[in-house]
Amino acid sequence: MAFIPHTESDVAAMLAAIGAQSIEDLFDEIPPQLRIKSLAGIPEALNEMAVGRLMSERAASDGTLLNFIGAGAYEHHIPAAVWAITTRGEFYSAYTPYQAEASQGTLQLIYEFQSMMTRLTGMQVANASMYDGASASAEAALMAVRANRRSRAARILVPSTLHPHYRRVATATTHNQGLAFEELPYCSAAGTILPDSLARFAGQDLTALIIQQPNFFGRLEEVDALTDWAHAQGALVIAVVNPTALALLKPPGEWGTRGADIAVGEGQPLGVPLSSGGPYFGFMTTRLEHVRQMPGRIVGRTLDVAGKSGFTLTLQAREQHIRRAKATSNICTNQGLLMTAATIYLSLMGPQGLTRTAAASHARTRELIAALTRVPGVRAAFTGAHFHEAVLSLDRPVAPLLRALAARGIAGGLDLAPYYPELGPALLVCATETKTAADIERYRATLAELMTAARAA
Amino acid sequence: MSNIPADLKYTKSHEWVRTLADGGVEIGISDHAQHALGDLVFVEVPEVGRTLKAGEACAVVESVKAASDVYAPLAGEVSAANEALAAAPESVNKDPYGAGWLLRLKLAPGALAAAQLLSAAAYRELLEAEGG
Repeated sequence: MAFIPHTESDVAAMLAAIGAQSIEDLFDEIPPQLRIKSLAGIPEALNEMAVGRLMSERAASDGTLLNFIGAGAYEHHIPAAVWAITTRGEFYSAYTPYQAEASQGTLQLIYEFQSMMTRLTGMQVANASMYDGASASAEAALMAVRANRRSRAARILVPSTLHPHYRRVATATTHNQGLAFEELPYCSAAGTILPDSLARFAGQDLTALIIQQPNFFGRLEEVDALTDWAHAQGALVIAVVNPTALALLKPPGEWGTRGADIAVGEGQPLGVPLSSGGPYFGFMTTRLEHVRQMPGRIVGRTLDVAGKSGFTLTLQAREQHIRRAKATSNICTNQGLLMTAATIYLSLMGPQGLTRTAAASHARTRELIAALTRVPGVRAAFTGAHFHEAVLSLDRPVAPLLRALAARGIAGGLDLAPYYPELGPALLVCATETKTAADIERYRATLAELMTAARAA
Repeated sequence: MSNIPADLKYTKSHEWVRTLADGGVEIGISDHAQHALGDLVFVEVPEVGRTLKAGEACAVVESVKAASDVYAPLAGEVSAANEALAAAPESVNKDPYGAGWLLRLKLAPGALAAAQLLSAAAYRELLEAEGG
């Protein structure tokens, strides 16, 4: 799009046309006492050269830590072509363009994205993306309340093994809409949903059960049994999944006898850099029977008047510009640029590439756990299968150790104390395909040295 | 001009009401309403057993260009819903007073007396006043 500035003579002509002396006159209806003359805390303006230098210095002060933190956002290799293509002018927009059908290339890309996500999750339909994994989970809870017409309770079972931030976002988003979340405890030995905790809900009015796979601890839940149990209670199943893990794990559409009803997740692992926490994007897929309750946009493939194949926005009647207050959600395609990167990432990786990435991440994490649990005072918190994350129990508080590791250039994991104090000193660690044997050995040796030094002191 | 059968009652929000032999009522949307919406692509009917207040949104009719709520003209309990519309929403366009019915109600006590329904003649006047 062309950038068309206003020249001084343009501004003068416009002011003359409306009979105003200056731009300031346009704001004279705002009483002077309500106007801020200067903003406290905003420093003097800098020129471009000075701003560039300031930002470089601040970026350098972040350092480049060797990263072993996962916890919902994962460092994967991103082929250089992904962002070279994504940032081409033809794609470089966060939204579906207005008069969407005039942008057939963008619509085709969204259609390909939807097709990829349905294949990955084993579901029938996908939307054109969500804000992030946390908000997609909240939207899935709201969607389940609309879709499960047998249930009146708006009551959702949420395991404590669901990402703590997702639980907070879901509660905050649905707080004023009457949803009730019931927390399911986890087994302290296995780190998965405690099966006995389901019994007290049997026969009650339940709207949906959320299952995260792999769960926040990296452990694998008994998704088949949980899905069948929920369906037997008349509840829908919301799967919260990691897209990379889906290359190896059973897709939600095949969980149990009938499969999950809604699958959502964080799309960041698919070609989006960690970038200090965002922007990321979410995805959502579902079964065809629930498509009209699904939030967001859907691109469909159709034939034009000449019989040629083309792409179009479908099911728009559920959207806010048509259905107003009764719209399923305010979601459109706000994270379109990240979704574009993910589509290009997946097309470059292919099914084999994604499977290799997932398998390598799993293998590196096994090596990491084996190495770190050789350090005296460190043991695995849970037994059983996991994907690319695991919880380690330590014999001393985690926070000081993480600070010491960071001082030596290592981001050692996430301290679980604020989220799961009952675990005692616990550290969530992650390794992806980006970590080498030498990286893992460096972490092990540094941790051993720090813990030995502290013990000696 | 819209088809407005004389034996039915109507509402200002373009629903029709037919009294059934068992004392219940059948409800749909008028020929005028289906024409204004255009080709329907989806109809959502209420669950059988749901209790409705008069004026409560009880069904959704969705066309390619709009989605509208259908309001219960009378208070009662849903005794039947036209599930066939899930597969054939076009029935509402083709036969709004027959195969395109939406739901049947078992009326709450006093529902009929409390309802503000229009005769066919009054509904025709309403449409003419609206320019329909």
